[in-house]
This record gives sequence, C-alpha cells and structure tokens, in this order.
Amino acid sequence: MYFIDPHVHMISRVTDDYERMARMGCVAVSEPAFWAGFDRGSVDGFRDYFRQLTEFEPTRAGWSGIQHFTWMCINAKEAENVSLSREVIAMIPEFLDKPGVLGIGEIGLNKNTKNESTIFREHVELAMKTNELILIHTPHLQDKYKGTRMIVDMLLEDDRVDPERVLIDHVEEHTVAVAKEDGFWCAMTLYPITKCTPSRAADIIETYGDDRIMVNSAGDWGPSNPLAVPDFIQEMRRRGHSETKIKKIVYDNPLEFFSQSRNFKFTPPDTLQEEQEVHVD
Amino acid sequence: MTSRMTGNEILDTVFLEVRAKLLEVGASLDRVARADEGGTLENDSRLEKIRASLRILGDDGFDRAEQIQRLFSDDYIPGWNKE
Repeated sequence: MYFIDPHVHMISRVTDDYERMARMGCVAVSEPAFWAGFDRGSVDGFRDYFRQLTEFEPTRAGWSGIQHFTWMCINAKEAENVSLSREVIAMIPEFLDKPGVLGIGEIGLNKNTKNESTIFREHVELAMKTNELILIHTPHLQDKYKGTRMIVDMLLEDDRVDPERVLIDHVEEHTVAVAKEDGFWCAMTLYPITKCTPSRAADIIETYGDDRIMVNSAGDWGPSNPLAVPDFIQEMRRRGHSETKIKKIVYDNPLEFFSQSRNFKFTPPDTLQEEQEVHVD
Repeated sequence: MTSRMTGNEILDTVFLEVRAKLLEVGASLDRVARADEGGTLENDSRLEKIRASLRILGDDGFDRAEQIQRLFSDDYIPGWNKE
C-alpha cells in the first residue's frame, strides 16, 4: 500500500532509511523544522538548516523516488531565546515560496512557558499574514494535556485561524478529542516509549473515527522507527479493517490536508510510472 | 468504528503480551523495593501515581488508557490566557 509519512525528520536519518521506506510503499514525506539536539547560536544557523530542508533533502529523497515536503519554524525548545526566535521568524519568509514548503511548523509548546507562548503566537501571526498552513507540536508526557489545551486556546483567540488549515500533532488518548472537537486536523506519532504505539493508534482510530486524522513516525535522531507507518498498516489489517479505510488514514488524509498549500505539487505514484513509461518509449 | 475482531479473538492475541507487561511492572516495583531498604520512597509521588494507575486498571470501562494519561498529566487551568 502506498503511504505518506506526514511527519518525519529525515535530516537525521541515513539514505538507507529513504530506500527502506520506499520499498515499504512510502511515496512522500513531510519534514517539519525541529530541534537539532542542541540550541543553535545564530539566525544563519537556521538559514543553513532551512537550505538543507529545501534543497538537499528533496534531492536525497528523490534518489529513492520519494517526494519531499517541508515546514519552516524555530521549535519550541529554542523559543526560550526570544530575540533569536524573532530573528528566525523574520527570516522565514525567504523560504516560504520555495518548492515543497507547506507552511509553518512544527510550532507549539514544550514546557508550556510564557516565552514559548509568545513565540507560538508570533509564528501564528506570520502564518496568518502569509496564508500558510500550520503544523503543531504538542508537548510530551505530563506536559501534553495542559500544553495541547493551551495551544488550542491560543489558536481560538485568533479569528483568522481556520482550524481546517491547522494540524495538531502527537495526539494521544487524552488529547485527540481536544484537537478534533474544534475542527482541527490531528496526527498520532508512532514513537517508542514517549508517544503512541501502532496498536494504541488503531484503538484511537476505532474510538474517534478516521476523519481529519493521520499517523506518522516522527523518525529523528532519537530512538524512533521510520517504518512505523507500515507497522500501523499491518496492525489495522490484522484487526480486519478494509484497505480503503487504512488508505484513507495513511494516504488520502495527508493528501487532503497538504493540498491546501500552494506549494504542494504532488505527483501520484501511478502517474510517475506512466510518465516513466512515456519517457522510455 | 470498532475492531472487526471479537473480544475473544483480541484476548487471544494480547493475553501473553499483557501478561508480560504486567510481569515487567511487578518486577520493576520489586526492584525498586529491594533497593529502597529504608522505605524512603514510600510517599514518592511517582509511585503513588503508579499505584493509582493500577487501581484504574482494576476498574471496568472503555477509557482506562485515557484515565491513566490524565493521571500522569499536569493540570490545565482554564482562562490562563485571560489573565
């Protein structure tokens, strides 16, 4: 089955992972900007990072036939440095019209602090001014419920925010309804220990339905599995769910959400094959 | 949209996995107890939450995972952004 991983930090993965993902049916990835494991020291550090996301990663993904899309932001961990965050937010528009840039993300909260809230709101302001989609990171562990509620509060403060253009990520059993009830899209991250397992994600689908929801691996430099979406597909099959239903979650839903971005130029895999055949002839 | 498997089929599938996870919990708590000779962790908030979560597991219902998630979550204060 073809699938899209809508949240995976491929910059942290080796080229072999792209190849293994392609062999399992991955046709596209979306890669939000995130924390590198250390706080970057200057706006130029972020500019170089954004160049890598918009220039080299699409090329590297293409070697395995995977289409690469990305998002721009300074993440919540580094938002404690408010002055640097503001420099980065001012620089982001340089990249918003690059091919494959879907919007602002992954923005959000980490420890639910005042500075994080300030920078979150300033990212939202940029997204509203430039008509971008928003991809949201919600905190981990004990901070998640409170942080998710705070994020939704801040989004609802702004009448310009259309919930259909916002994806709230890393939802779990206690936050999925918080995200969905106001009309936002949401995603579950299949991640060892700190987030969701494929079986719990399937439970959540069975409880809350398959509308406006997707699954991702969030594969990154920590313990994570870039093949987690195929694990979810297998779990859903094992439970007897239809191929149509599974495809909606792992392919159709990401397509529907991403298609709202002016920079989402996606070539369906069957089209790729036809084009290749034409080229060979 | 519930699972298309019956309850019995699901239990057949998960029984050994759940048994193994419960054994891990039991062994982990035993390990903590063996190392805590003075009983200094008796009122540890983490252990209290683990004990509370085990009580949730003993109840009936369809939302035990959500209840445990909430148990391990910080409190949300409505109106925090209106101050």
